[in-house]
Amino acid sequence: MRHTLVARVFDEPGVLNRVASLFRRRAFNIESLTVGQSEAKDYSRMTVVVDTARVPARLVEESLRKLVPVAEVRDVTDLPTVDRDLALIRVRCVPADRAEVAQLADIFRGRIVDVAPESVIVEVTGDGAKVDGLVDLLRPRGILEMVRTGKVAMLRGVTPAA
Amino acid sequence: MNERESRGRSLTGARIVWECLLRENVDVVFGYPGGCLLPIYDVMEEYPIHHVLVRHEQGAAHMADGYARASGKVGVAFATSGPGATNLTTGIANAMLDSVPVVFITGQVASHLIGSDAFQETDVTGITLPITKHNRLVMRAEDIAPALREAFAIARHGRPGPVLVDICKDAQQKEAIFEWRDVPDYPSLRPRPGVSTADLERAADLIRSAERPVILAGHGVIKSGATRALVAFAERTGTPVASTLLGLGGFPASHPLSLGMMGMHGEAYVNQAIQNADLLLAFGMRFDDRVTGNLKSYAPRARKVHVEIDAAEIGKNVAVDVALVGDLRVVLEALSPLVSEKRHVEWLRRIDAGRADTKGRDILHQEDDGNLYAAHVLHDLWEATKGEAIVVTDVGQHQMWEAQYYAHETPRSLITSGGLGTMGFALPAAIGAKFARPEAEVWVVVGDGGFQMTQAELATIQQEGIAINIAIINNGFLGMVRQWQEFFYEKRYAQTPMLSPDFVKLADAYGMTAHRVTRRRDVIPVVRAARKSGAAVLIDFRVVQEEAVFPMVPAGAALDAMIRRPVLQDEEAVA
Repeated sequence: MRHTLVARVFDEPGVLNRVASLFRRRAFNIESLTVGQSEAKDYSRMTVVVDTARVPARLVEESLRKLVPVAEVRDVTDLPTVDRDLALIRVRCVPADRAEVAQLADIFRGRIVDVAPESVIVEVTGDGAKVDGLVDLLRPRGILEMVRTGKVAMLRGVTPAA
Repeated sequence: MNERESRGRSLTGARIVWECLLRENVDVVFGYPGGCLLPIYDVMEEYPIHHVLVRHEQGAAHMADGYARASGKVGVAFATSGPGATNLTTGIANAMLDSVPVVFITGQVASHLIGSDAFQETDVTGITLPITKHNRLVMRAEDIAPALREAFAIARHGRPGPVLVDICKDAQQKEAIFEWRDVPDYPSLRPRPGVSTADLERAADLIRSAERPVILAGHGVIKSGATRALVAFAERTGTPVASTLLGLGGFPASHPLSLGMMGMHGEAYVNQAIQNADLLLAFGMRFDDRVTGNLKSYAPRARKVHVEIDAAEIGKNVAVDVALVGDLRVVLEALSPLVSEKRHVEWLRRIDAGRADTKGRDILHQEDDGNLYAAHVLHDLWEATKGEAIVVTDVGQHQMWEAQYYAHETPRSLITSGGLGTMGFALPAAIGAKFARPEAEVWVVVGDGGFQMTQAELATIQQEGIAINIAIINNGFLGMVRQWQEFFYEKRYAQTPMLSPDFVKLADAYGMTAHRVTRRRDVIPVVRAARKSGAAVLIDFRVVQEEAVFPMVPAGAALDAMIRRPVLQDEEAVA
């Protein structure tokens, strides 16, 4: 089972290292970890997706909470959220196939953002399943390179952000 | 310089360090100077804080740890950059595993040299990140006071632990306005919400309906100052109390409801009681593998209530029915009124039946055959000190014999390395304990192996002129490892026989009185003489070489699958 935890952390040196060190030391299995700016100047925001087959999510949550620079942790797995993952996919593509690739990307609301003689870069944003779907369709053409940001999540509605 | 004079004034970072320590009521620090700490040492004499010069930084860490455990206050240790700081690490990890509040202050190279592999530069905050509650690198004089204030607050808060502050040399030299501000509002430092009435009620229901309850009393009893609340609770509910190694002293050993130590070297009847229980009340303990044995077969019929200050311990090793997260004393005081007076006559009788068998196997029934048995030494030490000493033990067989044969009546009377199992802990930790409680009688109980790991601190004892008594349980082996080799490796004693120096002559070289004891009848007289001497005394107890600690639960085995000593005296004779 995968759990998604959202954490607000003080933006200070080493905070990412502390979180990563905790996961390594406790043998918590990270599927993805993203960190970036938040609405507040002194805080960063992390979205962590953990595999909880071996360790209960609550334990991961409480362990994170013990880190001094961690201001807030919330398990949003079962809450309504907007989830996004961004992927850049360099796919093999001769000029004759460009239209077809563009069309595929368009179905997933992605687009071609770079063109080379033998390849294109497709950009797509969406929840993990949607990105997976496009990746699966492009794979037979030959994916030369790919980068995914990992999941970021935000609660829907009026609930205050985690 | 008094508080009014120094606050708001411009001071060097080095003086700010001392000003902070004064405000944290620090009266002694344990350390070792070096290049990157020179500015701090240079102004030391201006402040009424005693500095104990150690012989190795590991010693400083253990002394600060022993000081904290004996006093309940925060211990402080200093070390310089590079090797000074790396030498601390064993002691830091030891404090982390046993949740001991210690603030470590290390010197670091000047801020402009960070990352350049300068002389004696090491990434100390990187190295100590997983073995501290928190740490911080300070590069500016104005950041020293907030960092230290925060360090003490974090070390003390909730489940205590070590915090390290690494201070660049130029930050010690430069001046800043000294301000003593409150610690920022870190959510992790806020008091936890109290436990819910619903959870208390659920726990009380389980307690009311239990027929075979056992309390598992851990280190948290001592840290929380919950002894009185625990005694009241146990008496009210008629529940027997088993202790972890670090919990010993938290519940008086002589109390009729005291069972003694549980776990790998706990008495058989204690572990049997846990395995047969229908309710375990885990108070301030963390279900370490040394107390549970194989988790799959652990206390299979028992419901479990876990009272613990660290929420991340709930469900970590053992799934529990009710978790009450909070300070043990506070929770017990809330829980007690909800449970009614109860007696478990039949259950206690059943447990007591097991005691007779244990007594029959007790090595105290071994007749004096001219050999000196370690267990006899510990028993006689207990008798001669009337059980009133602070005993500081190392790690290994002697540690387990101490736990079995020295009955602890009061909290903080046993200081030992539990979680990390650090050989070399005892001698320096005892020095720290003596500084914490100068009026107390302090005994080091240590093996010949562990003693040699930190024996250099004998010089520290003499330089400080403190009276600590040292009992070396000398069997010429790394005894516990030898025991494992005997039981599980067909007696192939690979690298466990150990040559030691003549400890009596060694003590003499340090100007310390020493005795050698080889016969049981000499134990009590020599111990009595040491107690009266008023100075440090070392006693080399030459004990039987190949003796094992019984009973023993092999690692990974079920808690009641114990290797036991053969019966020495039949049960009827005991009864």
